[in-house]
Amino acid sequence: MREEKHIFTMLVDNEPGVLSRVVGLFSGRGFNIDSLVVAETVDPKVSRITLVSKADQPVIEQIEKQLNKLINVIKIRDLTGPEAVKREMALICVNAKSDHRAEILRIVDIFRCKVVDVGLEHYIIEVTGTGEKVAALLQLLKPMGIKKIARTGPLALLREPS
Amino acid sequence: MELSGAEILIRVLKEEGVDTIFGFPGGAVIDIYDELVRSDIRHILVRHEQGAVHAADGYARAGNTVGVCLVTSGPGATNTVTGLASAYMDSIPLVVLSGQVPTQLIGNDAFQEVDIVGITRPCTKHNYLVKDIGDLTRTLKEAFYLARSGRPGPVLIDLPKDVVKSKTVYSPIKKVTLKSYNPTYKPNIKQLKKIVELIADAQRPVIFAGGGIILSGASEHLTALARNAQVPVTTSLMGLGGFPGTDPLWLGMIGMHGTYRANMSTGACDLLLSIGVRFDDRVTGKTDSFASQAKIVHIDIDPTSIRKNIPVTIPVVGDCRSTLKELNAMLTKADLGDLKKKRKPWLDQIEEWKSTKPLAYRQTDRIKPQYVVEKLYEITKGQAIVTTEVGQNQMWAAQYYHFDHPNHFITSGGLGCMGFGLPAAIGAQLACPDKTVVDIAGDGSIQMNIQEMATAMQYCLPVKIVILNNGYLGMVRQWQELFYDKRYACTDMEHAPDFVKLAEAYGAVGLRATKPQDVEAVLKEGLSVAKPVIMDFAVEREESVYPMVPAGAPITEMLLV
Ligand SMILES: Cc1ncc(C[n+]2csc(CCOP(=O)(O)OP(=O)(O)O)c2C)c(N)n1
Ligand SMILES: [Mg+2]
Repeated sequence: MREEKHIFTMLVDNEPGVLSRVVGLFSGRGFNIDSLVVAETVDPKVSRITLVSKADQPVIEQIEKQLNKLINVIKIRDLTGPEAVKREMALICVNAKSDHRAEILRIVDIFRCKVVDVGLEHYIIEVTGTGEKVAALLQLLKPMGIKKIARTGPLALLREPS
Repeated sequence: MELSGAEILIRVLKEEGVDTIFGFPGGAVIDIYDELVRSDIRHILVRHEQGAVHAADGYARAGNTVGVCLVTSGPGATNTVTGLASAYMDSIPLVVLSGQVPTQLIGNDAFQEVDIVGITRPCTKHNYLVKDIGDLTRTLKEAFYLARSGRPGPVLIDLPKDVVKSKTVYSPIKKVTLKSYNPTYKPNIKQLKKIVELIADAQRPVIFAGGGIILSGASEHLTALARNAQVPVTTSLMGLGGFPGTDPLWLGMIGMHGTYRANMSTGACDLLLSIGVRFDDRVTGKTDSFASQAKIVHIDIDPTSIRKNIPVTIPVVGDCRSTLKELNAMLTKADLGDLKKKRKPWLDQIEEWKSTKPLAYRQTDRIKPQYVVEKLYEITKGQAIVTTEVGQNQMWAAQYYHFDHPNHFITSGGLGCMGFGLPAAIGAQLACPDKTVVDIAGDGSIQMNIQEMATAMQYCLPVKIVILNNGYLGMVRQWQELFYDKRYACTDMEHAPDFVKLAEAYGAVGLRATKPQDVEAVLKEGLSVAKPVIMDFAVEREESVYPMVPAGAPITEMLLV
């Protein structure tokens, strides 16, 4: 069966050990985690976990049910479809020797991202957008030499009914 | 009025109806013990914490209640892990209270500190570390609620010593609700309507029931369903007793050591009504060929059980009892046609399988283990509570003792944990003091928790241990015989204690039979003594359990005697 990427978002009790229950479930049952983002919501007792996993349909169904079964998971949704907005973020440290500096800034401008740190030989660029956008930017910066990179997995939020 | 954590604990236990606790003391729980002995809750001092958890498991199953344990921090807590894992796999409601070092020492590698919440996370339904006495009452109430509701399971609560000692005003909690936990008991009626149609259309239906029937108290509804719709019934190991083992519609157990007719019927059926089961690999064999001609209905309270291992035609999330009650009501109104006529060819076919390939063994001049179980069944008139160890003994108990009632067969099904039977028998005997409780044991397994003989003696629990002594780790030896060219690597127990003398050393009674003609007399004598008894039966050493489906093969491909 074909493997698909799914984005799950869940509200969980903001308590010690909850993340390890979620992660332990994945390792214990042999499911894989592509990415994981966790932070508090406006209610300090509740956190939101956004998790991406790649698996075939029956396994995706199991993942959702198993997560739901965890006592600390209040609510879970599969937000893979277009009904949700998705964004990723990356911090990219790229080589910026003098003959490349202008080109890099042009790319930054086109991608509407930001330079957040400047040195004699590097820029740190902050980008947010869809996974494709981040990937496209990386593709363009690659020839200059990427020194290091930190990426989040995607975040997803259901659109409000219009 | 202010109460200490220990006092609150005892209060809540009383509110939850706890009358018996299995435990073992230590520094971290000394305050709880100090309070416990002042209450009227009975404490059973086991000889090993693993024994405490298995005993609580047996108590919970035989008594249809929540089993409770109390152990100290560190090694006391780690010794509960196997018992928790067994109860978790078999969905048995337990609350295990473990002591913990004082909160300010947690994380410091303090004396007898372990992260038991971390260790037991994957083998409990849920677990807690109580860091603040203000959370104690709610946590205890939640633990009992979680343990017994929905798909039951064990819950562990870790109690740091300072939390137990500190004081707070006690305010009782009457009702527990959890916004993230709402098990579905009532089935979807639309799905049930479809099941009624499938039953009406089916030519070769089979019911496959499991532990869910017993946990939800649904056996009378299951029996009514089978009889009203004339559908033969098989069960998993965990479901034995959920349907009368003497009923003409009984097919025997399914799976790796299932009966020929149960496995063949499952292979040939056109409708499989699976109720309160989770399709363990020991049941399904090769999943692609499992019930491959059938539409499969799956009723279970745990949504994760559905479509985990087997694709199903009609999933129903609901408690077995409510669902079967509803389904039966709908079936009585439905037109099922002339069932006698309609089912005849199918039931005839099953009868033929039964008569041509019955459960069987070859009698010789040695004691056959199957014969011991048959005789035990006869003498106890099928009314005993039977616990088992693990291995061949467990399978022969399942095959040759025919259970008519739920909560009478108590075995470590999912984990298959050697050493389960004796402590579980102790728990069962405490829950049912007037019943005959027998542990059908292997010579290997019984040595894993033999120390609990002292517990049985201390509390005058007349449990009966029937050792099918083959001098081997028999089930492993059987695999070696069949699939490893008889290379018996490390399965010959070359040295064993004299079990008769061992019984006597504990102050119990020891009996032995070495010839078939002694079996009956030893059983009769042993069962008549009002004390713990070990009966040691020297059985045919290389007897194997048949039928057997080799691991991973379709269950219709059985090795027979
Ligand atoms: C704690 C534990 N360790 C190992 C096993 C693997 N195992 C399964 S059956 C068995 C043999 C048990 O021997 P015995 O109790 O003598 O029973 P028999 O099969 O001979 O009836 C073993 C070692 C197990 N199930 N549990
Ligand atoms: Mg043995």
